[in-house]
Amino acid sequence: MLKLSWWKYLTMALLFYTLIVGLLSDVPRLDIVNESIRNLYFHVPMWFGMIIILLVSMVYAIKYLRSNQELHDIYAVEAANVGILFGILGLVTGMVWAQFTWGTFWHGDPKQNASAIALLIYLAYSVLRSSLEDEQQRAKISAVYNIFAFATLIPLLFILPRLTASMHPGNGGNPGFNSYDLDSRMRMVFYPAVIAWTLLGWWLVSLRVRFSKAKNQLRTEAHAAQSEQLIND
Amino acid sequence: MKKYLISLLFILSSISPSIAQAPEMADAMRSNGKIYVVVAVLTIVLAGVLFYLISLDSKISKLEKELKD
Repeated sequence: MLKLSWWKYLTMALLFYTLIVGLLSDVPRLDIVNESIRNLYFHVPMWFGMIIILLVSMVYAIKYLRSNQELHDIYAVEAANVGILFGILGLVTGMVWAQFTWGTFWHGDPKQNASAIALLIYLAYSVLRSSLEDEQQRAKISAVYNIFAFATLIPLLFILPRLTASMHPGNGGNPGFNSYDLDSRMRMVFYPAVIAWTLLGWWLVSLRVRFSKAKNQLRTEAHAAQSEQLIND
Repeated sequence: MKKYLISLLFILSSISPSIAQAPEMADAMRSNGKIYVVVAVLTIVLAGVLFYLISLDSKISKLEKELKD
């Protein structure tokens, strides 16, 4: 039997909790959103997870610039990849929710537009990486880009949508801290849901990092064998 | 004779509502607009994806062990 680290069991338990309690527990009865209010447990954690994982990516980018260790670059890129995946899932789930509550898939809501721009900025990170041949140059340039990408993410998602009218709750005007009308029953599922989806994202990152490391090791071993043969010949 | 028939009809009509009533079954999965069916389906999907993730995890672990040797 495979032994998993404790946090992976925690991830699975929290995911099942989110799904079952999230669908069956009592929620506020509101017009327009109706039962779709439960999307709070599935759509919003995608964005929370994305931001946390992209923050980790940026931290590893800074670490790479300080240490020049290849492993830090691998962490940065794989975290960015999972962050992009969560962002796409957040965008698509948001579009479905918008269709049935706001009336159109693309409402042009400031937060919707800004998150699409943020995703494009991160997709450009992938394009930038694949356009650079030299490994060290690629790692260094993309680490610098990563820091700027995260720096633009914050105003795009948290500041600009608050400066204009937005359909997203807590946006348009200054929400302060306690004016979120998040029900205390919903918090009991929402916070575990955020932890669950973020940990699942981190699980994916760790698998991709381990896969990348193994691939790199194979490549360097093959290189070493090849050059040894060249010397012998 | 007629009296008997009427009383028989009377008895039958008093029974019939209990006949029309559905026999008691395990209806938990069908209640509340069958939301429990959706919960079951999503739980299965999540379990399947997590199982796949665990097997991927173990495969990578094995690969790492092989590379170490």
